Order: sequence, then C-alpha cells, then structure tokens
Amino acid sequence: MRNQTMLLALLFSINALAATPQELLKQYEGQAKQDNPAFSGFSAERGASFYKTERNHSNGQKVSCATCHTADPRHQGKTRANKVIEPMASIINPQRFTDAAKVEKWFGRNCKDVLERACNAQEKGDYIQYLVNVK
Amino acid sequence: MKNWMQFMVLIASITSASALLASGGTERGGSQMPSVNNAKWKAECSSCHMLYHPGLLPERSWNKMMAGLDKHFGENASLDPMTRDEITRFLVLNSADKSDNRRSSRIKQSIPANAAPLRISETRYFTSKHDEISPATFKRKSIGSAANCIACHQGAEKGNFSESQVKIPR
Repeated sequence: MRNQTMLLALLFSINALAATPQELLKQYEGQAKQDNPAFSGFSAERGASFYKTERNHSNGQKVSCATCHTADPRHQGKTRANKVIEPMASIINPQRFTDAAKVEKWFGRNCKDVLERACNAQEKGDYIQYLVNVK
Repeated sequence: MKNWMQFMVLIASITSASALLASGGTERGGSQMPSVNNAKWKAECSSCHMLYHPGLLPERSWNKMMAGLDKHFGENASLDPMTRDEITRFLVLNSADKSDNRRSSRIKQSIPANAAPLRISETRYFTSKHDEISPATFKRKSIGSAANCIACHQGAEKGNFSESQVKIPR
C-alpha cells in the first residue's frame, strides 16, 4: 500500500513536471547520473545509432526501432498489425515526448520487444535527444 | 367467418415477418453488434491494431487475453493494473456471451466449450464465413492479415460486418 502511494506520487510528480521534451530529458538525466556517476550528458548520435541498430531477437528476426517507426523518424511508421504510427520526430509531431506516463509506457513495452530487456535512463535520454534534434 | 379469421392471421404474420426483415440488423436479435463505448478501451486497444468489438469473443477469451498482455501475439502490450482491470470488465460485460445479436451468438456457438481462442480468425464461425477468401488475398499489402477486419469491413470497429458492405481492396 505504501509502495503504491509512493509510486502514484512519483507518477504524478513526473506528470506535473514533464510538459516538454526538455523537462523529460532532465528527469532521465537525474536517473542516468544515479546509475552512472561518470554520466556526461545525452548524445543524439548515440540515440540515432540506438534507433537504427538491428538486434537479433530470440524469435529469429532482426529488429530495431526503425522496423516499425521506419528508418526516417520524420515518416509515419506502421505496426505489425497494419496500424499507422505517427512520426517520432518532434519537428513533425510536436506531441512526442510531452507526456511522461505515455513515454514510460512505450519504452516499457518496446524495449522488451526489441531488446528483450528494459532500457536504461541513458538509452532513453539518447533516444529522445536524437528525435528532438532531427531537422 | 373462420376463413376470414385465417386470412387476417396470415396477413398479420406476413406484415410482421416483413417488418422484421426490413429492420435489418439493428434490432434485438439482428446481426449488428450493439454500440459500446469505453475511453480506455478505445485508446489502449487501438494504438497497435484496429479496435475489436467485445462481442467478437466470449468472456473466457477476453479474460485470457487480458491476463497475458505481456505476450500479446508476440508483443509486449502491458498496461498498468487499473487500466487493465477496467478494460477487462468492459470487455466481459459486452462479450459475445452477454450480447444477444445474431453474429455474437454464432461466434460463441462455434467455439467448443473447453476452448478460449484469442484469435477471432481461428473460430469456426470465422473460417466458414471466409472460406472463399484465399490466403493470398489476406496477405495483400492493402489487407495484411485476417486480423485486419477493417480492410474489407469498413464498419468493423462499430461491430458492423454486414456482407452487403464488404469491399475487398486490390
């Protein structure tokens, strides 16, 4: 019960704070520093390579973020069930990375689908940095 | 007098039968699934695929589906417990077991009592209704798979699968 209350409080505080991608990045920066004292900032280049790198999934397929979101994040993607995914790049789709709960929900799902593990704060920050920077 | 009575009964039954036919699917017992709404169901269950009407599967299928969202047809579709439970309640409440439209009843009847299919396309009702559609047609780029009802049934998300409105894309 206490844990639940704390989790809720945390969710609300993240929600209240993160209205822009920059504020979200700040949140992840805090976590990344905790994870790794040598953390020295997010990198859009690392994020770009993270986005494009294909990984061998245990189901035998090669997958990356680009598999569904397409190699160019300014374009619409497509889910495996044929549904359109709006572009990831902020410049085309300013709604991206403005809702902390939504961002965490999709990192939670898609990291497990693509990497078969959770993403760490550094990876999440690099990813957002890349997609915010795309011109 | 007796003949006249018989005639009236005949006329009355013809009239009611044609009224029933004319009413199409919208009436109780018709094939149109009822209009249902839940904001979380709409938002969560249509971000990756078309929105499936709860009347397409029985309660036991929905319960099984919602208990395994971390492995949802090979993808992780986990929800927070509150959202998951609200959507489950909604699906169960409007499932094929609870619906009295003809299509839901037939889907339910085509599923063995000990089975809880997760794919609508694996029910006997579905396969018998689509036996003239070749696997190659389902694989067309404009369709994708048998899971994409809306490619041919434009009213699918509203529970309308009326055969007269089917348009199979090239």
